[in-house]
Amino acid sequence: MASRESIVEIRNLFKSYRRGDQILPVLNDINLDIDEGEFLALMGPSGSGKTTLLNLIAGIDRADSGVIRVRGVDITSLSETDLAQWRAANVGFIFQFYNLIPVLTAFENVELPLLLTGLSKKERREHVEVALSLVSLEDRMDHYPGQLSGGQQQRVAIARAVVADPAILVADEPTGDLDRVSAEEILELMERLVHELGKTIIMVTHDPRAANKAHIMKHLDKGVLDEHRQTYN
Amino acid sequence: MNIVKLITKNSFRHRLRTILTVLGVALAILAFGLLRTVISAWYAGVEASSASRLVARNAISLVFPLPLSYEDKIRQIQGVKLVSFGTWFGGIYIDEKHFFANYAVEPESYLKLYPEIVIPVDQKKAFLQDRKAAVVGRILIEKYGWKIGDIITLKGTIYPGTWDFVIRGIYRGRDKTVDESAFVFHWDYLNETVKKTAPMRADQVGWYMIGVTNPNLAADVAARIDKAFKNSLAETMTETEKAFQLGFISMTEAIVVAIKIVSFVVIFIIMAVVANTMSMTARERIGEYAIFKTLGFGGWHIALLIFGESLCITMIGCALGIALTFPAADVFSSALSTYFPIFNVAKKTIYMDIIASIIVGLVAALFPTWRAINIRIADGLRRVG
Repeated sequence: MASRESIVEIRNLFKSYRRGDQILPVLNDINLDIDEGEFLALMGPSGSGKTTLLNLIAGIDRADSGVIRVRGVDITSLSETDLAQWRAANVGFIFQFYNLIPVLTAFENVELPLLLTGLSKKERREHVEVALSLVSLEDRMDHYPGQLSGGQQQRVAIARAVVADPAILVADEPTGDLDRVSAEEILELMERLVHELGKTIIMVTHDPRAANKAHIMKHLDKGVLDEHRQTYN
Repeated sequence: MNIVKLITKNSFRHRLRTILTVLGVALAILAFGLLRTVISAWYAGVEASSASRLVARNAISLVFPLPLSYEDKIRQIQGVKLVSFGTWFGGIYIDEKHFFANYAVEPESYLKLYPEIVIPVDQKKAFLQDRKAAVVGRILIEKYGWKIGDIITLKGTIYPGTWDFVIRGIYRGRDKTVDESAFVFHWDYLNETVKKTAPMRADQVGWYMIGVTNPNLAADVAARIDKAFKNSLAETMTETEKAFQLGFISMTEAIVVAIKIVSFVVIFIIMAVVANTMSMTARERIGEYAIFKTLGFGGWHIALLIFGESLCITMIGCALGIALTFPAADVFSSALSTYFPIFNVAKKTIYMDIIASIIVGLVAALFPTWRAINIRIADGLRRVG
């Protein structure tokens, strides 16, 4: 694989949670580089800190110390407002339970991130239609989440994640709530996003089949990145 | 799609809960509107009073009369334009339950001084020509089914005996502030009869109504009138018509204050109800707000969603409540026309309804918004599913 520029640089990252008087360390001195266009799978047992690391990279949680640079921007130093704007422009989210808004149609759910942009209604419509056609759901744009299968809902969620054209997609157990066929479809779709659109995907998963689709697998155990258990597909 | 559409969709996500809350707000606004209208009705006389009219009464009490001879003296005082006088009759029609205001006046000057009392020209002429004539407000006419020419018998209380009057005119108010439920007749008829039955009480009036040349000088004119009768057997107390009316209200001020308090308690109760609804809503949607934040929506957007939803519910309830207030006020007015002859829903009441609803909507959304904004995204996302 050709050497590419790192889109994410993590240095000396620490994170802990407080439970009453106790402080529970979750991430311990994490150092990680993720190249642009890479499909990375983060694996590890429950409580190893995978989701916490993903949240920190995506800017939805705060580290205790350390630096996270995404495209050269140190997101640990951004204010909440700046971080929200940064997320809107740079990160697309794919969740285990899809996290669609039930009162909005597929079209409206995908349109949500675009409400924060200066795009006109017509431009928004064009973007949404492109995103929904990418996940082959252009004929279901007027359906509500409750009228779609789990796989279809996850495809809508992927369309929502890519509609604002972010550089990074973070996926937290994206196939965790799907049957095998739907999971396979979602993983193929994610592979296409990497290969055809050049997206960088960071995926947390327990599923070895899902992890096998990634370019690289990294393992976390008790908050430490296991440098010796790094697998290239 | 835009935020407004999302707010509307969110507002009706739990239809039953929203409908019940809207109904609660509507009933509260209806109750608030009616209570405020009762207060307005209480002050109706004050609202209708003119700045260019004074009322002179016996300085000891309104119960004590003033001599008729004061009329000429008052007329000569600088700043006085017109003088009329009246006496409370207090007659009973059928029985005490059929109460309405009835008083004797000097008709010609009275009608000049009160142009807001509108009588057709022919009826006015007939009224002025017949000493036993009475003019009656439209509401009384409709209530009792009277018509021109009917003879109405009142049983005297202050002036004993049975008194017959012929209805010669029906008056209407020039605007909604005028009481259309009074029964007015010739003071001469009263005085002539009293001369025969109780001569000691003859040639006395209950109060003088005085028109001034310049409303800005009303206080000076009032002072001059009182000065003119200083140290007389019947000293006067002259005040503006508004102050005179307020004097009546001050006697029942405790009731007015109680109604005001109850009206605000109603609003406070509905505020708690809406706050509860919004708290439940925000608690259920905390995961969704986290998703919005994840997508880049800031605290202001979340606040807009919650405040918008709260205001949407309260303003729909407000609109429904206001729409119900008018027919309810009509029913109220018909049933209690004796006590509240002027019972109109004022513009000010509607503005207060709207302001109260906005305050309820805003206050109810405060805590849920604070909670939704401050919850960590990661914590919020854990509540999804």
